[in-house]
Amino acid sequence: MVPELGHYALVLAIVVATVQAVIPQIGAARRDAAWMAIAAPAARAQFWLVLLSFICLTISYVTSDFSVENVFQNSHSLKPMIYKISGVWGNHEGSLLLWILILTLFGAAVAQFGDNLPPSLKARVLSVQAMIGVGFLSFILFTSNPFARLDPAPLEGNGLNPLLQDPALAIHPPFLYLGYVGLSVAFSFAVAALIEGRVDPAWARWVRPWTLAAWGCLTAGISLGSYWAYYELGWGGWWFWDPVENASFMPWLAATALLHSAIVVEKRDALKSWTILLAILAFSLSLLGTFLVRSGVLNSVHAFATDPERGVFILAFLIAVVGGSLTLFAIRAPSLKGGGLFQPVSREGTLVLNNLLLSTACATVLLGTLYPLFLDAVTGEKVSVGAPYFNAIFVPLMTPLIAALGVGPMMAWKRGDLLGVLGRLKLVVFVTLVAAGFMFWAVYDGMLLAVLGMALVVWLVLSVVWEWGERVKLFRVGIGETWARARGLPRSAYGMSLAHLGVALMVLGITASEAWQEEIQTIMRPGDVQQVGGFDLTFVGAQTLPGPNYSALTGSFVVTRDGRPVTVLQPEKRTFTNPPEETTEAAIRTTFAGDLYTVVGEADGEGGYAVRLYYKPLVVWIWLGTVAMIGGGLASLSDRRLRVGAPSTRRTETHAAGLAAAGAGD
Amino acid sequence: MTEATETAAGARKAPATRWLVGLLPVVVFATIGWFLYQGLSLDPKTIPSALINKPVPEFDLPPLPGHERGLSRADLTEPVQLVNVFASWCVACRVEHPLLMEMQRKGVVPIHGLNYKDGPSDAVAWLNQYGDPYDRIGVDLNGRVGIDFGVYGVPETFIVDGKGVIVEKIIGPITPMILQEKLLPLIAKMRADAGAARP
Repeated sequence: MVPELGHYALVLAIVVATVQAVIPQIGAARRDAAWMAIAAPAARAQFWLVLLSFICLTISYVTSDFSVENVFQNSHSLKPMIYKISGVWGNHEGSLLLWILILTLFGAAVAQFGDNLPPSLKARVLSVQAMIGVGFLSFILFTSNPFARLDPAPLEGNGLNPLLQDPALAIHPPFLYLGYVGLSVAFSFAVAALIEGRVDPAWARWVRPWTLAAWGCLTAGISLGSYWAYYELGWGGWWFWDPVENASFMPWLAATALLHSAIVVEKRDALKSWTILLAILAFSLSLLGTFLVRSGVLNSVHAFATDPERGVFILAFLIAVVGGSLTLFAIRAPSLKGGGLFQPVSREGTLVLNNLLLSTACATVLLGTLYPLFLDAVTGEKVSVGAPYFNAIFVPLMTPLIAALGVGPMMAWKRGDLLGVLGRLKLVVFVTLVAAGFMFWAVYDGMLLAVLGMALVVWLVLSVVWEWGERVKLFRVGIGETWARARGLPRSAYGMSLAHLGVALMVLGITASEAWQEEIQTIMRPGDVQQVGGFDLTFVGAQTLPGPNYSALTGSFVVTRDGRPVTVLQPEKRTFTNPPEETTEAAIRTTFAGDLYTVVGEADGEGGYAVRLYYKPLVVWIWLGTVAMIGGGLASLSDRRLRVGAPSTRRTETHAAGLAAAGAGD
Repeated sequence: MTEATETAAGARKAPATRWLVGLLPVVVFATIGWFLYQGLSLDPKTIPSALINKPVPEFDLPPLPGHERGLSRADLTEPVQLVNVFASWCVACRVEHPLLMEMQRKGVVPIHGLNYKDGPSDAVAWLNQYGDPYDRIGVDLNGRVGIDFGVYGVPETFIVDGKGVIVEKIIGPITPMILQEKLLPLIAKMRADAGAARP
């Protein structure tokens, strides 16, 4: 009964979505207020229906109703409750339902919070949002019904892939989808603006908070996934340039570019058609990611069970959405009027440089991800593109990006003065050069990249702090006035600084952990001692213990430093029976200075065990950096100007005037 | 990124140029779409199985620096042996590596390495770090032999019998499950067959 209710709710949802897609669009074209007004309640209804359906599927999982094929395939009665629930989205059908739930959630949110939008724009945005909804709802109803029944019902389920039975991975997909799907709002706004034929600073101001929210969630989702890979896959890596990782990274790069170019639209009324294009591309890349993961076109460790029929459907949908919106763009974009003029050296110019580098990065990831497919289709040769390609591309692209990042926020709008800014930053430049020289002298061991990375970190941190210091006139006026200025700075300014510091922290973590990692792989017998990262690790032994739905080989290391006890690390190797698979649970001692990372492996049959021991200096800053970026996003999001939306232009100006020449940049 | 110049240059550009610029994304996407459509009918996991039950192609590869034994077709003389295609840049190779080490330690089956499109010094460093499970290693610097074998991704493992015929091929890392359910029974069977043929 419950599954049927869920299925029925989905059918109702597609009917509502169809109405929401058609009627308000016609209403907007005819300026018919009543027809346009249907959009908002329809969006809310669609959300409640999909939520009902999602709850029904969750109930089937929680009660282990194996008469539902999806539950049978992906769950097991012995599984801990949290993984029964996360099992709902640990498979193709369920994750698609989650995707749709989030899509309708965003639609309902636009309906709820979009009261300050012009009625025709709101109607069109919701209509476009509903068109996407119709596409995905037909996908799930026609090719991937999560409520299909089995008769007779099996007694026990197949179980969830043990690698996925992990807390970080339980919440990783929802965040990722919030990001992917959140970009649909920017997309809908872009398409609606193209239909309206009007893009102005107000439009950018409406779009930015949605993009910011989606970007923050996407950052969180990717970061969680990478942290999961770090401690679960057991070789201490945290990013593998796997096609599915790339599928989430490309929209992130596009969304990051979009965040920055929308600032130019908002402040200077320029870069309009480029910004619209970015909004379309960011969501298109999300859809492309969905296609790559679910069609089996590319080989990946993440790929869901695939099915050619689904591939054809998503591809058709992809072509309709992306092809349609890009064609609309080709028709309408030339008629968008360009706004403010600017010199290449200016705040706009640095934001353009940011966009140029980010979109080049995005294009190279796209090329690297699809290259095996291109080659296979043209020559039949099968290849895989690995980390060497991506690393070779990313270092030269990110270096100028980070170098410019220090200068950009201090540049004036319209016409900047690079030498002047560098003059203001002369102390920072000097300290950076000294730091680089010191690194070169002190720790240089043939890795020029490490020196470069650390120099960039110093440069970025100092220039961010310097920029803030200039704004609050640190040490130039009394401490009281500085405090008043610091409090008076808009939150979006703090958001920017925090996010940029996050970038610096990430570069710090990446550089240090790659350059100065220590790694030992050996066989250890009880009593053996190994030294790594200044710690002495004594292997006590290993034993096999039962867990809730697995058995675990647990090794024990007593960690001491200079003879003083530090901690005991107990890595596990878990053997699951349903389905049969092994996972490693690394035991990690995380500190701000570095991670001690231990993995226990096979017994050698003579009393020894294969172990891997790593010391990864500063590695945790990679994820703390992403936390700072997300924090920056949240700070910007809480800025009053973004919350209130468009009509606050005048207030902002008076506010900014109070802050004198430093200005109210983002 | 056309618009920066566009904005800076004002409205000097001819409308036709703007149209072409607008069309560019559509064209790029159409190309990608065409490839994606092609991709649907290609399965990255299917093996060009032409070489299965065929003899190993003729090859003779030099050893890694510091290693003595290279790998050639004439070296494949055991009743069963594995030829494991690996590279230091290949992440999945690290996944299967402990299992190869264990197989070597227990003497399950001779394993030969085909070091595919790798920097020889990188490969040596990699083996020093993680251990060397291989009897012989041939360096396939430009991937020429790999192409003859039909290698399309790394790691890949060929099971070769005493007559130099490829009996089976494993795509991707060898997992404990593949070892238990596929590889070990196959090795036992091949050994038994070879024993029956040569009493």
